[in-house]
Amino acid sequence: MSIVALRDAVVLLGRFPALSGVDLEVDAAEIVLLQGPNGAGKSTLLRFCAGLLRPHSGSAVVLGHDLRESRPAVRRSVGLLGHDTALYDDLTVTENLQFLARASRIEPEEVGSALDRLGVSARLRDVVVGRLSAGQRRRVALAGVALRRPELWLLDEPHAGLDQGGRDLVDGLVAEAAADGATVLVASHDLDRALDLATRRVSVVGGTVTPDAVGGAGIVDPLGLSSRQER
Amino acid sequence: MYTDIWLVADKDLRIEWRSRVALSQILPFALTVLVLFGFALNANREVLTAATSGLFWLTVLFVAVVAVQRSTAIETADGARRALLLAGIEPSSVFVGKALAIAVQVLGVEILMVGGVLVFYGATVESFPLLLATCVVATLAIAASGTLLGALVAGVRARETVLPILLLPLLAPVLIAASRAFDDALGVLAVDGWAWLGLLAGFGVVNALLGTLAYGPLLEET
Repeated sequence: MSIVALRDAVVLLGRFPALSGVDLEVDAAEIVLLQGPNGAGKSTLLRFCAGLLRPHSGSAVVLGHDLRESRPAVRRSVGLLGHDTALYDDLTVTENLQFLARASRIEPEEVGSALDRLGVSARLRDVVVGRLSAGQRRRVALAGVALRRPELWLLDEPHAGLDQGGRDLVDGLVAEAAADGATVLVASHDLDRALDLATRRVSVVGGTVTPDAVGGAGIVDPLGLSSRQER
Repeated sequence: MYTDIWLVADKDLRIEWRSRVALSQILPFALTVLVLFGFALNANREVLTAATSGLFWLTVLFVAVVAVQRSTAIETADGARRALLLAGIEPSSVFVGKALAIAVQVLGVEILMVGGVLVFYGATVESFPLLLATCVVATLAIAASGTLLGALVAGVRARETVLPILLLPLLAPVLIAASRAFDDALGVLAVDGWAWLGLLAGFGVVNALLGTLAYGPLLEET
């Protein structure tokens, strides 16, 4: 069963077609890199797959749920890291994740191990998020995604603002999630890293996903964004 | 549902406690407004006593605007509202939780303001039960209306200015009914305060029901 199955999907932001005629099929345990220029629609596509946006037309099924009817069910099963971190500035790191854990019906005791996985040191855990650096916030937000153990990971520039160690941790986390059967869609401009991570890539241009090929053969790169040799 | 309501209310109150906005800004603001009303009316005890109820509830509305703006800002900063949506909390629970947090803050300020009008305006209380019931019911009505409207304007770019423009007229029935009930509680006017309280409760229930039903779509669309 496809984890993501979009057919001719159109998403409007106001009256503006942010995504139009999107066809995308993603199977379980795939790590799909979304590449494309700024404003191409990568972030919108991730938010759409997270159930945060309604399809205007076309068909959109994520994790077996139709995005026209069952977006709350989709939202409960995905983990989304967006450009913003969706954290409360005046709560501590631990309080933020405990809130998320309780709301998601996860044992609050699991917060510690999620923070461990992202290398968030013990001394930072009682600090209010508003005092953290951008990179530290990013790590905490990623810990929030990992905490939920989602079936579908949707990561928008997960390496942005992270130091070398943080980037390695993200890569490890994504690889581990896919090994456990989760599916990952990642939008990144850090192509060197993302290509090492991805099992497949697709291009998003002008709100449309170009036809992609499975398994790394015949990869589409209409913008020539990467000069790398395919593995 | 109750767990989620408490979770949201606890989160908002914790944030307010940590940021100290209610204590360091809203409360001094409220007391300053009460004192300035006194100056504006030439510190005339007779006039002030007669106008106590209206001035009190007008100040409460100003306080409510600030509290609702804060509550809305909590969710709009850094995409935090997305966390609520993704966590799968029922929107009606979010609505009730946020309204409760606003109500606790506004009620806390009101209690201190009652002390303020007793001292500054020379008001006397004839019926404590009516005074207390008016404070509680009016505050819940204000919190319900404010939370609903806060969600409505959350996606508007100039929400800080739009919110008072919409909220203050919406709360006019609260101002009228709570002021009349207070007039009775303070022995200023010979009116049936409990009847006005009933009207206030009706307004609150309607807004609470509307909020419970409409908060979900508003959370999704804004």
